[in-house]
Amino acid sequence: MKNEQTKESTIRAISRPSKGEAGKTGDWRSQTPVIDQEKCSQKESCLLCWLYCPDGVISREFPLEIDLEYCKGCGICAQECPRKAIRMVDGRNPSEKNAS
Amino acid sequence: MATSAAKLLPKEEFILPGTRSCAACGLMLTYRHALKALDPGKTIVAVPASCMTVLHGVYPITPVKVICINNPFGATGAAASGIAAGLKALGNDDYTVLAFAGDGGTYDIGIQALSGAFERGANFLYICYDNEGYMNTGTQRSSASPAGAITSTTPVLAKLQHKKNMIGIVEAHRIPYIATASPAFPLDLYDKVKTAKDTYGPRYMEVHAPCPPGWGFPNKDLIKMGKLAVDSGIHVLFEIKDGVFKLTSRSLSLAEKGKKKTISEYIKGQTRFKKISQDQINSLQEFVDQRWNEFLERHHRNSF
Ligand SMILES: Cc1ncc(C[n+]2csc(CCOP(=O)(O)OP(=O)(O)O)c2C)c(N)n1
Ligand code: SF4
Ligand code: SF4
Ligand code: SF4
Repeated sequence: MKNEQTKESTIRAISRPSKGEAGKTGDWRSQTPVIDQEKCSQKESCLLCWLYCPDGVISREFPLEIDLEYCKGCGICAQECPRKAIRMVDGRNPSEKNAS
Repeated sequence: MATSAAKLLPKEEFILPGTRSCAACGLMLTYRHALKALDPGKTIVAVPASCMTVLHGVYPITPVKVICINNPFGATGAAASGIAAGLKALGNDDYTVLAFAGDGGTYDIGIQALSGAFERGANFLYICYDNEGYMNTGTQRSSASPAGAITSTTPVLAKLQHKKNMIGIVEAHRIPYIATASPAFPLDLYDKVKTAKDTYGPRYMEVHAPCPPGWGFPNKDLIKMGKLAVDSGIHVLFEIKDGVFKLTSRSLSLAEKGKKKTISEYIKGQTRFKKISQDQINSLQEFVDQRWNEFLERHHRNSF
């Protein structure tokens, strides 16, 4: 009885997990990473881009995909790829032409 | 055995994308891999006011899939003690309590609660992510900021005092596990959090967490800065298990072969050091060399 009363009179502010807590953070980007799948080793033994992306928006499966809705465009993946397979291209949504 | 490749880390992400943290945040990369090393379904995090609170989001949404309790700035050690005591009373022995605080919340305002908890032998892991300043409120100086750094409270002369020896203070509590790590060496970080998870009692880790806006370097250089810090001996990677000191990872290979980089190489890419004088550079180099030699000596003493 006592416990139930306590429950009712307790105001609880509990957040629930969800994507996009700060909105679509891809909008923050001024440069966009573009992967050249042929240059990428396509090997699980690398995955340095996946390891170092602070936002965890690079897939672990090959061919690699970057979640551009949320990628903040920091450029770490491009900088750290040992095969220079990722390029940073100006703009938030580089067209296919720019990306090639 | 040490984790040797990225592919061996758990695939699941415990921080959902679209967080409020800056692009290229060293703290977030640290937290991302720390959570992979824990059992996030059986972990309760205690966080003080800091960039971590911001990462954890604004009610009613959080990007983090782990239970977290927000606490007053100076109270992390006390809050984590209470959570650990509560879990014990309820018989939930399989939970890990993780206190995760900035250097301001650890070296400065939180030191009393931390020391009290360690002295009582409270059962939790405390990770201090050291971004070397009060970054959430605009880069004020902390006792972890390096000498020679401009902060918003040391704007003219740059900071005069060297970094506080927090590891020494923690060691004085004779706790079972102490380690340092860096998000630029995520596998070493991951292994240490795993070891800490499996140790009972108070555990302390200090992670050097580069912060592009606070330190003044380009976002893309986050990993480079983290590595330079280790290569120059500004940050040294080690473990102290039951008092036994061992260098690990890149610091170990530096000790065995190789040569430290100079402090000048480390500071040149960061605008926070733009006012550092030659005397301050010399003094910082001396400070770093002395610490490094002490660590080397302890490492060798324990490895024979
Ligand atoms: C008692 C108290 N004083 C001041 C503040 C304001 N405040 C919030 S976060 C913060 C800085 C935290 O610095 P640190 O612990 O180094 O973490 P970081 O922001 O660098 O992640 C301050 C001063 C507060 N919340 N409570
Ligand atoms: S770092 Fe480069 S080569 Fe390695 S997996 Fe990523 S894109 Fe491919
Ligand atoms: S640019 Fe930054 S956020 Fe985007 S995928 Fe690369 S490392 Fe991740
Ligand atoms: S100020 Fe620094 S520590 Fe804080 S969120 Fe930004 S990059 Fe991360």
